[in-house]
Amino acid sequence: MIKVNSITKTFNEITAASDLSFNIAKGEIFGIVGPDGAGKSTLLRLIAGIIIPESGTIHIKDINVAENPFLVKENLAYMPQRFGLYEDLTVEENIYFFGRLFGVSRKGIFKRMKRLYDFSRLEPFKDRLAGKLSGGMKQKLGLACSLVHNPDIILLDEPTNGVDPVSRREFWKILYDLLTDGVTIVISTAYLDEAERCTRLALMYNGSFLRLGRPSEIKKSIAGSLLEISVSDVWKAERAIKAGGNFGNIIREGSALRIFSGNPSKADADIRRIFKNENIETKSIKRKVPTLENCFLEIIHRRNF
Amino acid sequence: MKIYRSLVRITVIADKEWIQIRRDTRSLIFALIAPFALILLFGYALTMDVKNVSMAVYDQDRTTTSRQFLEKFSHTDYLHIYDYVSDYSEIDRLIDKEDIKLAVVIPDGFEKRFKSGKKTDIQLLADGSDSTSATVAIGYVKAIIANYNIEVKVNELKRIGISETKVPVETENRIWFNPELLSKNFIIPGLIVIMLSVISALIASLTISREWERGTMETLITTPLRSYELVLGKLIPYIFIGVFGIIIMLLAGFFIFDVPFKGSLIELIILGVLFLIGTTSLGMMISSVTRVQVLSVQLSMVITYMPAFILSDFIFPVANMPLIIQVISYIVPAKYLIIIFRGIILKGISYSLLWTQIVFLAAFALIMITISIKKITLRLPE
Repeated sequence: MIKVNSITKTFNEITAASDLSFNIAKGEIFGIVGPDGAGKSTLLRLIAGIIIPESGTIHIKDINVAENPFLVKENLAYMPQRFGLYEDLTVEENIYFFGRLFGVSRKGIFKRMKRLYDFSRLEPFKDRLAGKLSGGMKQKLGLACSLVHNPDIILLDEPTNGVDPVSRREFWKILYDLLTDGVTIVISTAYLDEAERCTRLALMYNGSFLRLGRPSEIKKSIAGSLLEISVSDVWKAERAIKAGGNFGNIIREGSALRIFSGNPSKADADIRRIFKNENIETKSIKRKVPTLENCFLEIIHRRNF
Repeated sequence: MKIYRSLVRITVIADKEWIQIRRDTRSLIFALIAPFALILLFGYALTMDVKNVSMAVYDQDRTTTSRQFLEKFSHTDYLHIYDYVSDYSEIDRLIDKEDIKLAVVIPDGFEKRFKSGKKTDIQLLADGSDSTSATVAIGYVKAIIANYNIEVKVNELKRIGISETKVPVETENRIWFNPELLSKNFIIPGLIVIMLSVISALIASLTISREWERGTMETLITTPLRSYELVLGKLIPYIFIGVFGIIIMLLAGFFIFDVPFKGSLIELIILGVLFLIGTTSLGMMISSVTRVQVLSVQLSMVITYMPAFILSDFIFPVANMPLIIQVISYIVPAKYLIIIFRGIILKGISYSLLWTQIVFLAAFALIMITISIKKITLRLPE
């Protein structure tokens, strides 16, 4: 469906995309995860054809995006981080406006509107000015506006940023509903719990992909397991572990410490020994299944050190 | 099919723009009321007729002859005797207070010299700080004195027995198109043009920068909308507002200031629209370059108002300006529309006599619309 072939894009010497190549198949929810400034938005904008790469090509359904931007736009929805709704137009007027711009007939829009109101539950607010909606409703209206023309490909740039957890869950339910229609979704997010719901993921950092694959594959890609160490004095324990040996990244979470280890049994023993020498009381050391967030932090840490 | 879809997008943009204008009460009031208010304000304030000039009289002679002479000054619309004084210091004071612009001093022995047929001098004092009014007022006084002189000479000849006298050369004035030489007839058509260029560019200058500021431009970029469709779609509602402005201002001129309307209203509006296409596109171009509303407003004020006011022959004759400025004035579109409006409104001439101006306006419109389409790139800035 989407073929990206070694694209590079730099802004004033900051590389937002460096030699990226990947394919996205029909029916996927493809997630782009990464910290702010990793280049997620740039990548989505490149796919949408609203910025031009320095080198490399993007093909959507075998159409070159840079050469035929308008052809691509007709079957694509791109929802920017802040969807620019017309705040002085009502909910319905916004949907109608974007529908007509995408060439949907008047009748087609009102037919489609029913479906859009169904999932977004915006119908009771259809005569309200878009500027008077809450943040979550604005995002849903943005999604509704970008979906009036029945696009095959939906590009979403951090759609749930700043949206309350309930609305976020609803939003994802909508996305899964859309998948059953056979669309392809590319979504960027900074929330790792959301990333876990994607069919495939790209971990993006400084313009390149650190990992690319199913969430389970990414988790497996980190050799070793996660140890959760509960102690009485976290500060002292952290210092002791840091001084005591090479344990990689130490994550402090509440009254516990977490470390990744390739050899958990040995690490367990080593830590107990260090604590004994330092007179730190060890409450427990447990092996945990790492979450995507744990893995992600570890991956970035390993890259930096 | 392609053209049809394109037309749909243009009308959708025009529709949306119209809804936005309607809901933005402040802009709407500005666009509809401002032309009327401005024409009223400028129409009353910008009058160049020097009428009812206040003057003082210092009659040192106090005789029948001096009084007869002074009487000539009181039977005219142009001059008005404000006060009779008996001292130079009083004249000084009245001029300082700006109560009078002019003073006539008749010296002692006026009647005696007059009767004996000698040349008699009178003194005329004028406030030169307002040089235009002073020059005109001095002209009035001279004309009155010249008439008086002729009257006196004719009477003398009659007494001698020559009853029929003829002045060798006499002028018969026939002033066309504005017989009373009222400056408002000259000013108001020009004023309509100036207001039109300012208002149209000003409102249009907000439209693209507003899209950028509110983030809607990024959304529009992702739609199949082409930049020429955006420009044309946005032009339509603003041109309607401009035409409405022309009509409001014409009505105000006609009913409030009694400016005659001699030509064809339809021709006037069509040529007005041609002008509006240019100025509105200019506003949009400014808007798409700055991408900030405040800056666009300021820029479009400077770019439209100043040249339209100064370089358009509105009041200040361009022919008296240095050559380089005269050359620059050729690219001021208001100059051409002022000629057209004055021609149609005051002289009732038809478009067939205005081809030069029409060609210039069409070229301006075409250039502006092309540049603004080129300037509005539907890609994100980097």
